[in-house]
Amino acid sequence: MIKVQNLNKTFGEIKAVVDVTFEVAPGEIFAFLGPNGAGKTTTIQMLTTLLRPTSGTVGIDGLDPVAQPLEVRRRFGIVFQDPSLDQELTAYENMDLHGVLYHVPRKVRAERIEVLLKLFELWDRRASLVKTFSGGMRRRLEIARGLLHRPKILFLDEPTLGLDPQSRNQLWTHVKHLNETEGVTVFLTTHYMDEADRVAHRVAIIDHGKVVAQGSSAELKAQTGADTLEGAFLKLTGTTIRDETAGSADAMRQMARMWSRGQRR
Amino acid sequence: MNVIFVLWLREVKRYLRSRPQIIASLGQPLLYLLVLGFGLGRVTQISGTASYLQFVAPGVICMGILFTSIFSGIGLLWDRQFGFLKETLVAPVPRLQIMAGRTLGGATIAIIQGTLVLVVCMLAGFRPQSFAAIPQAFLFMALIAIVFAALGTAIGSTLRDMQGFQMIMNFLIMPIFFLSGALFPLGNLPTPLAVATRIDPLSYGVDGLRGALIGLAQIGVVLDVVVLGVLAAAFLILGAWAFSRIQV
Repeated sequence: MIKVQNLNKTFGEIKAVVDVTFEVAPGEIFAFLGPNGAGKTTTIQMLTTLLRPTSGTVGIDGLDPVAQPLEVRRRFGIVFQDPSLDQELTAYENMDLHGVLYHVPRKVRAERIEVLLKLFELWDRRASLVKTFSGGMRRRLEIARGLLHRPKILFLDEPTLGLDPQSRNQLWTHVKHLNETEGVTVFLTTHYMDEADRVAHRVAIIDHGKVVAQGSSAELKAQTGADTLEGAFLKLTGTTIRDETAGSADAMRQMARMWSRGQRR
Repeated sequence: MNVIFVLWLREVKRYLRSRPQIIASLGQPLLYLLVLGFGLGRVTQISGTASYLQFVAPGVICMGILFTSIFSGIGLLWDRQFGFLKETLVAPVPRLQIMAGRTLGGATIAIIQGTLVLVVCMLAGFRPQSFAAIPQAFLFMALIAIVFAALGTAIGSTLRDMQGFQMIMNFLIMPIFFLSGALFPLGNLPTPLAVATRIDPLSYGVDGLRGALIGLAQIGVVLDVVVLGVLAAAFLILGAWAFSRIQV
């Protein structure tokens, strides 16, 4: 379903992704793990038509994201790592807009929005502007939105960041259910190794832009002699802490936040 | 079609929900109208017009449309910062439709803003030559709005942060406004200035709107429509091209 061969991405001097090769079978839940700045998000961006690879090939359901972006976009849904909601619209309007963008027919749209907003306990707040939501509520709304259309492939880039255990549980149960009943292929990243261990059929570990290991959770544990996936992860990637360079978008977002705070008070 | 409509609706909703901003953005044209209209009005006599206020009001309306439409295009920059842009970029929708929805939305709010300025001008004592002139005035307001909303989208697609925005403001938007003949008549200018005013797209908008509202067109209404129409098409193509190249 996803086929990546010798994928490279360089930003000026920085090699973000180096010679990455892996394959995800249809109906598989695949976890892509790595420390901060390892190249996870860059890889996802290349798979989802947002970035052009420097070299290497990507196949999404047999299609090339660079040559046929529209066809590729029809096949996947994504929950981004950082916010992507329109804060000046209500929760319902955000969902509805997404439904229109993904050509979900009006009637089905209304039904699914209701089901998903209820599932993530946002139904009572559906008419509130997103800017009045707490961080956790926004996150839940992003996830609900990502599940609104029924894609063949679901990309989840650190979907549980900032969620309480209840919502995390809800999310993974739902994702597993989708995978089992509809055969949705799931490509996820997370920093919570227990989550990856629980839901993923197969795992790849990436560090400094390179894939350092891949296989089932049990295989990785056996390979490194660790009892847990977290232990295996630390053995493979070391214990030093990584710095992520902030892009201009992050810097601006911070400035915008300061600004709006200044105006409101 | 649906996609263009929802993205258009989004722009309009966001505009209508930010009432303080609507009032704030009326402030600048109002200041020009009142200070120049009444301040310069006593010492300035422009042939063919009853007063300087009559002369400057169409220019001030153009100013309102110019700023609102360009800013709406640059609003892309905010969507990039707050992440919503990505949501639209990964959607299985041709980018041309996304760009069209946004741009038409921006143009629509610019027309609303221009109408508000027109109302304020009339409250301040401005009188159009006849009410039959109003539809023609709206044709020009719409053309100006589309030209600059599309230009704004093209700029917004290439900018990465707010520093670039300051540059655009000082070296593009302000010159477009001041060289457009919004504040002074275009006749009898020194050659370099005359050439600059003819290159400025807004000159044709100001001229056309002034022709419609007070019957004073120095370039000629027909030429104004043709130039604005061609520019609208050109900037829409440019905007669509720039938008299609965005990477996150």
